[in-house]
Amino acid sequence: MLSEHMQLPLLIGLRLPYQLRWNYVLDHKDWFIDGLILALWISVIALLIGCVIGLICAFARSSGNRVLATAVTIYVELIRNIPLLLIVFIFYFGLPQAFERGSQGREFVLTLLPTPERTFTVALAIYAGAYLTEIFGSGILSVNRRYLDAGRSLGMSRFQLARYITAPIMFRTVLPSLSNTFISLFKDTGVAFFIGSRDLSFAANKVNTDFFRPIEGWAAAGLLYFTTAWVIALTLRFAESRIRWNV
Amino acid sequence: MDVVWENRALLWIGLKYTFKLFAVVVVLGTVLGTLFGIGLLYGNKVIRAVLRAYVDVLRGIPLIVTIFLVFYGPVAYGVDLSPFQSIVMALSVFSAAHMAEIVRGGISSIPAGQMDAAKSLGLTFRQRILGVIMPQAAPIMMGPWTNLAVDIFKSTSLAILVSQADFLFSVQKRATAKGHYMEFYIAAIIVYFTCCFVISRAGAWATRRMRVGIAS
Repeated sequence: MLSEHMQLPLLIGLRLPYQLRWNYVLDHKDWFIDGLILALWISVIALLIGCVIGLICAFARSSGNRVLATAVTIYVELIRNIPLLLIVFIFYFGLPQAFERGSQGREFVLTLLPTPERTFTVALAIYAGAYLTEIFGSGILSVNRRYLDAGRSLGMSRFQLARYITAPIMFRTVLPSLSNTFISLFKDTGVAFFIGSRDLSFAANKVNTDFFRPIEGWAAAGLLYFTTAWVIALTLRFAESRIRWNV
Repeated sequence: MDVVWENRALLWIGLKYTFKLFAVVVVLGTVLGTLFGIGLLYGNKVIRAVLRAYVDVLRGIPLIVTIFLVFYGPVAYGVDLSPFQSIVMALSVFSAAHMAEIVRGGISSIPAGQMDAAKSLGLTFRQRILGVIMPQAAPIMMGPWTNLAVDIFKSTSLAILVSQADFLFSVQKRATAKGHYMEFYIAAIIVYFTCCFVISRAGAWATRRMRVGIAS
């Protein structure tokens, strides 16, 4: 069993200044488990919203409309060149303050983003959307022109071309990138504790602030992040290899 | 935006910290990462296994975990690091892991015949790597390296999570003090965007120059 005085046997005979006490983590397993589930949940939602944003933006950019394409490029380049933390701050601190106290705008923001969790999810989704636009964009480019010509010769509309020809072919090429994006989004949830979102990093930080046990807390969180990301990667790779394409 | 301009002195202090952090981390990360990458490819079994574990673990956990463990870990065991040294170490070991993969990928893309030819000329290992392999691998590695540099610049903002006075920290402090959040955040967007854009443009320019060098 883990005793109160369990020491890290780093150097035998030397009393170490900091003794690892894992019971602070083990006694609060529920913080970590709840946090892990929330972190996964946040990254799933952010990936789904991000995919919608990414698909719309990628098709808008390839539509040939100059204004739409420029708007998408500005969005993508802006998001890709600023830190995630700044986006989170803008949504959490900036957006409600941008409107007068008691005004309709502030009420709207506060009903839309009532909790740190919700705010972080939206910020992460918008962050992910920029990267997913690039992924879907290169997926669209990978579709051979001949398929589109064939579709056009059958008299398909532009929406039909996108829905029945580009999307299914594109989906195969982007699938591995989608798994990678999901894993990196899961790891990006690590900064969420800063605005008080109660995910896995929050549990680690709570062990630090409540009991002054930074190493145990963050090491436990790191282990959970690592194994979860690893399991997700293996599962998705297995799933990708098992999909039977019937197109 | 007047309120931002009035506070430019404090923001500049934060920005200088970010620049300093970025410069040190890019150099340390690149040098360490290159050594690790070469070790991953040409080291003996033990070195390869250790480096593989190092690279996979650091790429598998969020950077923030690395930062906290490096921030509190060494100090708890009597290694006296200043907060700046801690954050430099955390970001450097993180970027070294990514750099190692870039170097490994770059060198792997060079045909094996180059190494064999260099061996048959009787060149030493150092001559083979520095004189034959690296000049060919460098233009290939330049693109991913630029992305890594941009990532490092963005990652310096995580210093705020351990209360280091980087640019984002000074922006946040001033925004809270003055109550004008959006103005300060827009200024921060402009600064971060400009810096990252300059880094990626410079990287693209260098990549083009290096390719020209190879072709001629």
